[in-house]
Amino acid sequence: MTTVTTIVTMTITTMIDDFLLRAGLAVVALALATGPLGCFVLWRRMAYFGDATAHAAILGVAISFGFNLSIELGVLAVALAMALSVSALSNRGHSMDGALGALSHSALALGLVGISFIQGVRIDVEAYLFGDILAISQSDLWTIWAGALIVVALIFWRWQKLLTSTLNQEIARASGINPAREQLILTIALAIVVAVAIKILGALLISAMLLIPTATARVFSNTPERMVLLSVLLSMAAGIGGLWLSFTADTPAGPSIVVAAAALFLLSTLFGRNAR
Amino acid sequence: MRLIAVNDISVRHGDFSALENVTFAIEKGEIVTVVGPNGSGKSTLIRTILGILTPNTGKIETKPDLTIGYVPQKLAQETGLPLTVRGFLSLPNRVSNQKAKAALLETGAVGLEQRQISQLSGGQMQRVLLARAILNEPDILILDEPTQGLDQHGAADFYALIERVRDQYGCAVLLVSHDLHVVMSASDRVICLNGHICCQGTPTVVRDAPEYQALFGQGTHGTLALYQHEHDHSHDDCDHDHHHHD
Repeated sequence: MTTVTTIVTMTITTMIDDFLLRAGLAVVALALATGPLGCFVLWRRMAYFGDATAHAAILGVAISFGFNLSIELGVLAVALAMALSVSALSNRGHSMDGALGALSHSALALGLVGISFIQGVRIDVEAYLFGDILAISQSDLWTIWAGALIVVALIFWRWQKLLTSTLNQEIARASGINPAREQLILTIALAIVVAVAIKILGALLISAMLLIPTATARVFSNTPERMVLLSVLLSMAAGIGGLWLSFTADTPAGPSIVVAAAALFLLSTLFGRNAR
Repeated sequence: MRLIAVNDISVRHGDFSALENVTFAIEKGEIVTVVGPNGSGKSTLIRTILGILTPNTGKIETKPDLTIGYVPQKLAQETGLPLTVRGFLSLPNRVSNQKAKAALLETGAVGLEQRQISQLSGGQMQRVLLARAILNEPDILILDEPTQGLDQHGAADFYALIERVRDQYGCAVLLVSHDLHVVMSASDRVICLNGHICCQGTPTVVRDAPEYQALFGQGTHGTLALYQHEHDHSHDDCDHDHHHHD
């Protein structure tokens, strides 16, 4: 009897450790990618861009189930298609705002309707809207790390060029940089982040992680490099803090991470003002 | 040696024709000023030369491996991108502290290294933008409305600075301005633009051209004031606006 209890206790302990460890490793990987990418989203005023791409992820989920593809692959494809369309539309100027909004929300709605048609499997839609980080598997974790490292490598590789074309397109052009190509790099990076973040944060919370830690980092930064670094660290802190909140107070993990990020933002604005 | 040859280009934005049959060339070391009222196609011309826009007809030929130092009118400052002057000078190519300092010294902006780009005054900004542009020793400097936001003294000083940089580096200068009153007298050629080239020539020729009088006559009472750079005074005078007490 005691042996059984011990085994059960041990198994449960290992399980907790494992899923918490996996969740922790997942948010750390995500922070590595959302930190730098979020900075570019803020500097280039692309917030709507993140939203639209993330919303399209739900359509990607529906297509993945419909055609029996892996979720990451389906989401990546649809997010990429959406990001490219948004990128093409936004280059045409502000008159496209209406079209962008329509595209973004119809992708989300279409995805939700699509999922309801899928027979046979019971799909937990909430998991894809708000994330289900505690259900992340070993192989999910590998995918998340691979995606995050690709994004970090892309941004590190193009850093000088990305920064120049963000600052001024004409200067970039005059220096032999093609701003459209740099925008494409960011577009691909965003689609990758959405694909790996869908299981962690869900379609509705991904852009919060792109924006909130970055806005917090801005207050304490005098160089772009420092802002990226701070943004990564703040995202990690929000991720770990949110997981802790979720575990101790039994709150949903994705929203808890965003709440932690928002709390850090609030603290920074108070502290930032006092510091001045 | 010919750096840039603009051959009979026309650029349309939808139905609107921004530039029609524009032809001119810029030779090595030459200072060319393009003046025209707002909406005359000056920005379109620059963006086409830089390759951002493609002409609908005609073409632009450039010397192989032409290096351009571009000085924009301003940077997008409200983006939340934190950037020091020193960091800006390292875009897109990282430069040594020594080179950065030399360029700032050249344009009279030394000491601003650690200042945020967003906190520079109009005059400081122009000098910093120019410093970055000369870092890679360009064949040609292209400046878009560099004196906008500067007062008359500031503009005169900036023109003197451009002339000095040209003399030192031997680079050509293409300067675009809507300031019809004042044009650098050091310009080898002034091109008067209003969708097409109205007239061109030396500053004095343009000043006396009937096309210029017709186009700008109302606002400027038909006079083109040439900024005269006094060559006989001490160059220390050029430093008088460098002392910022802040």
